Amino acid sequence: MALRSIVLPSFYQDSVALMRVAQALRGGEGVREAAALMGTPSNHGILAQAGLASVVIEKAGPNDLILAVLADSGSIAEEALAEAQELLFRRRAPAVPGTAASPRSLDAALRLLPGANLAAISVPGPFAKREAMRALRSGLNVFLFSDNVPVEAEVELKREALARGLLCMGPDCGTAYLNGTPVGFANVVPRGRVGIVAASGTGLQAVACRLAGLGEGISHGIGVGGRDLTARVGGAMTFLVLDLLKRDPRTEIIVLISKPPEAEVLAPLERALAEMGKPAVVCCLGAKPPAKSTARWVETLEDAAQAAAALLKRAPWAPRPFSDPEDVRSRLARLQGGARLGSLLGLYTGGTLAHEAHLLLEPLLGRIPYNEERGDSPHRIVDLGDDAYTVGKPHPMLDPGARAEWVRRAGGAGEAGVLLLDLVLGKAAHADPAKALSEAVRAARADAAKGGRVLHAVASVVGTERDPQGMAGQIRRLEEAGVEVLPSNAEACRLLALLLKPGLAGRMPEEAS
Amino acid sequence: MSLESLMGGPLRVVNLGLELFAEELRAEGAEVVHVDWRPPAGGNPRLARLLEGLEELDRRED
Repeated sequence: MALRSIVLPSFYQDSVALMRVAQALRGGEGVREAAALMGTPSNHGILAQAGLASVVIEKAGPNDLILAVLADSGSIAEEALAEAQELLFRRRAPAVPGTAASPRSLDAALRLLPGANLAAISVPGPFAKREAMRALRSGLNVFLFSDNVPVEAEVELKREALARGLLCMGPDCGTAYLNGTPVGFANVVPRGRVGIVAASGTGLQAVACRLAGLGEGISHGIGVGGRDLTARVGGAMTFLVLDLLKRDPRTEIIVLISKPPEAEVLAPLERALAEMGKPAVVCCLGAKPPAKSTARWVETLEDAAQAAAALLKRAPWAPRPFSDPEDVRSRLARLQGGARLGSLLGLYTGGTLAHEAHLLLEPLLGRIPYNEERGDSPHRIVDLGDDAYTVGKPHPMLDPGARAEWVRRAGGAGEAGVLLLDLVLGKAAHADPAKALSEAVRAARADAAKGGRVLHAVASVVGTERDPQGMAGQIRRLEEAGVEVLPSNAEACRLLALLLKPGLAGRMPEEAS
Repeated sequence: MSLESLMGGPLRVVNLGLELFAEELRAEGAEVVHVDWRPPAGGNPRLARLLEGLEELDRRED
């Protein structure tokens, strides 16, 4: 076994580019372990843990790229390093065909693209405010994907944006549809009559996809960041976007998706919705609807899409726990089989979906610790896209590896009886996320069986057939690995609750019992 | 003006960070310039914050 490493000084690469290089390295025959990381202090720790530390790399700093390979022989490792470097140098092609080099700053980019109207910013959190502020001051709207941006910075950025009549979408904004063009993580959905204002990413994606399934499209979809409706941020962007959608002739109906607005923001929000002159559906996950509202308040993302589609068709609508109760009954009969199922482990890539699951399941199963919370509960739900899990790493929608690892661990020593999962498709997401997930589920189920345990997996998929990954094929892959795939996150949660506590059937309307 | 052009016209985007987003936007037909961005101050967040403060002072004086 031979370890070879190299440092490329001042060779900054984004986390996705690094992930691609690392994957190419690992794919080589005879390569046991490999890494492509910037030399930040935490990455030095990761390298040491993986057995890839060496004197060659110990002085590398945050702007220096480290490549390290552990292989069966020295020549295999050296060859892999040479290939990785070639891949990296090839990637550094000019930004604009025909020009000599990529611009190194926003100002230089603006000289190449006069009339630019948007800055898409996904630099690491500590550097995001500086770039976003520069973009706003240059008259650009901002799509701010970066996370780990402090709320004080958000307030300053949004104040600047408002003063200039510009949008600041985010921070932590994963998705937008601007005049029909998807930005960030976005599914291929038709244009249509529904304008969506959403906290961040997966909520917007889930509703847009379900609307597509119901034959409706969206006019615009705009993320405002998960903290926009807090008292601190004061709904700065939500109100701006509602005003835009009010004046937009394409938009016939509004869907608002958010965490519950803080008390100081609720009254002005209600006023803004009442003055829209267009019907509105509000899905503020976990909020108690106000006693009187002009908007239709719903409990789940699925209901938001259903209610909006019904309003457009002027059809009556009431929420239902399951779209196909007969199917749920047969799944339950097949899965229960008298086995004790133990506990729930929710492993999500979509933050809004994880939050929705937590809100739906706590009243049914009792307290469920979320992310790193500790508590006397056998259950747990983890949002692997949360800031805490993504420092220096690609989002789990881009790199399914981290979640696959969690799933595998659940099969071995874990206590989990049922895994609760999401799978989010669309542009910018991994090309075949169901592959890694289904392989991990297979392995975990086999490990659990060796230990005399039963491990079930329940999931929902956010996507459309027109997405690059193709919805039907991804579902089929999961089902072949024994995953129960339900039409929505809410239905997946309810099926899971019935699996763990069959006695709950009486608490869900008659259809499930 | 910029906001109206965003909601009513084609996207013209400056991309800083994940190059993947520039690739996806180009595939959608948007005009995109990707910035070869590197962390300021040698990637040291604390130094970068100090630099940002200095830049802000400088801007206010101008």
